[in-house]
Amino acid sequence: MFLTKIKRIIVSGYRDFIRSGFTSLASILIMSITLFVITSLIFIQAALNSSLNDIKDKVDVTVYFVQNADEPSILNIESSLKSLPEVSGVTYTSADQALSDFKEKHSNDYLTLQALDELGQNPLGASLNIKAKDPSQYESIAKYFDSGGSLSQDSLSIIDKIDYHQNKVVIDRLTTIINGAKKLGFVISFILVLISIVITFSTIRLIIYMSREEINVMKLVGADGGYIRGPFIVSGVLVGAISSLVTILLFIPVTIWLGNQMTDFIGINLFTYYKANFLQLFIIMLGSGIIIGVISSVFAIHRHLQK
Amino acid sequence: MIYFNNVTKKYKDSTSLEGINISITQGEFVAIVGHSGAGKTTLTKLILAEEAPTEGTVYFESTNIHKLSNKDLTNFRRKVGVVFQDYRLLSNKTVYENIAFAMEAIEKSEKEIAQDVPHVLELVDMTNRASHFPHQLSGGEKQRLAIARAIITQPDLIIADEPTGNLDPINTNEVVNLLKKINDLGTTVILTTHNRSVVDQVKKRVITLENGRVIRDDKDGKYML
Repeated sequence: MFLTKIKRIIVSGYRDFIRSGFTSLASILIMSITLFVITSLIFIQAALNSSLNDIKDKVDVTVYFVQNADEPSILNIESSLKSLPEVSGVTYTSADQALSDFKEKHSNDYLTLQALDELGQNPLGASLNIKAKDPSQYESIAKYFDSGGSLSQDSLSIIDKIDYHQNKVVIDRLTTIINGAKKLGFVISFILVLISIVITFSTIRLIIYMSREEINVMKLVGADGGYIRGPFIVSGVLVGAISSLVTILLFIPVTIWLGNQMTDFIGINLFTYYKANFLQLFIIMLGSGIIIGVISSVFAIHRHLQK
Repeated sequence: MIYFNNVTKKYKDSTSLEGINISITQGEFVAIVGHSGAGKTTLTKLILAEEAPTEGTVYFESTNIHKLSNKDLTNFRRKVGVVFQDYRLLSNKTVYENIAFAMEAIEKSEKEIAQDVPHVLELVDMTNRASHFPHQLSGGEKQRLAIARAIITQPDLIIADEPTGNLDPINTNEVVNLLKKINDLGTTVILTTHNRSVVDQVKKRVITLENGRVIRDDKDGKYML
C-alpha cells in the first residue's frame, strides 16, 4: 500500500503541476530568478577572488643580502623560510643572476651599462623573493627576521635589507581592501540570496494559499496530512528541477557573451569558468531549487493542515 | 448516532447556536430548515469538527468529536460524506479523479477504485462526463458529482449542506431523489435547506432552527416558517 500511495502522490503532484499551467509557470519564473541570482553571485565571487588573487600575487617581500654573502648560507635561510607555514614560495636570485637581470632590464640604457662596466665588479647582492599565503602574513615574516627565529646570528649578519618596511603601507592597505572586499561581497551575497529566497517562499505560499479551499475539501474527504501534502511537495520538486534547468541553459549565452566582452575587465573568462565548474554549478542549482521548493511547500501547507 | 448535548456556538460578536439538544439515529433522514443565518451551516460544521462548540459537546456514537486527535479525526471524517451548496470539487481533477480521490484518501486499492467509480458514475448519471473537469459541468452535474464523491466510500452519514441552493427545480428534484435513494440503502442523511419544496418532497423528520435555537422537531414534518 505504501508504494501505491507514493505512486498516487507522484502522479497527482505531476498532474496538478501540469494542469495548473500559468500558476506553475509563475513559480518557475520566480524560482529561476532566485537561482539566477544565486549562480550570479557565485560568478561574482569567482571574479572577485580572481582579481584579489592577482593583486595578492603582486605583493611580495624581498630580502637582499650583502655582496660577500656565501651561497650555502643564503640557501640555508631559504630552506628555513620554506618551512614557515605562512610562506607559499621563496625564489632565490643569485648575485650573477641579479646582474644579468639588471643588464637585460637596462639594455637600452647605455649610460647605466657603461657606469656598471666602469665599476669593474658586481655591485648587486643575491636576494630571496618571498611570497606569503596571505598578504596579512608579511608582517609576521618580517618579524621572523627581526627576532631571528631559528636563524643564527651569522645568518642574520649577511642580510643587507628587507624591503617590507618600505612596502608596509601599500601591503597593509591592500590587505585591508582585500579583506573588506571579501566581507562586503559575502554580506551582499547573503542579503541578495535571502531576498530572493523570501520572494520564492512567498510566491509558493501564495499559490498554496489559493488552494486552501481544496486542501479543506481533501481533509473533509478523509485524506490524511501526508496524502494532502505529498502532491504539493512533488510540484515543489518539479518547480525546483525545471527552474534549475532553465537557469543552467540561460547561463550558457550569458557567460559566452560575458566571456567575449568582459574577460579583460573581470579577470577571468566566465564561460571557461562555467564549463570547468559546470557539474558543481548544476548540482548547486538543482539542489537549491529542489530544497527551496520543498521547504516552501512544506511550510506553506503546514498551517492549512491544522485541525 | 449523533448527539448534540446542550451545544452553544458563539462567534466574536454573535451567537450562532444556543442550547442545542438533538439526537439523530442510524438510518434517519433529517432535514434541518431555517432562514439564512439560522445556524444550519454552523450545525454541520460542528458535526465535521470544522468548528468547535463554545459550550456543550457533540458525540458521534460515544465519541466526543472535538476531542479527537488529528489521526482519529481523519478516520472519523472517512465515515462521513459531505455535499456542499458550492460543490467544493477539486478543480484540477476530472470527474473520475474527483471520485477516485475520495477512495484513494481512504487507501482503497486500484482494483476497487476501477470497480466502484464507474458504478457510482452510473448511479448519478455522469458516465459520459467522466473525463470532464468541474468547470466544464453544469450546476446540477457538479452537485451530482459531489454526491457521487460523498457516497463512493460508503459512509455511515451523509451531510448535505444546502445542496440544492444553486440548482434549478429539475436538478433540485434529481438531487433530492438521489439523497432519498442513498437513505433507502441505509445511510443516515442530514440535509440542510431553506427550500420549502425540498422539505415537502422528502416527507421525513424536520428540525426547524430560528436564531440559533431549535423551535420545532417534527417526526414527519413539513416546512413551517
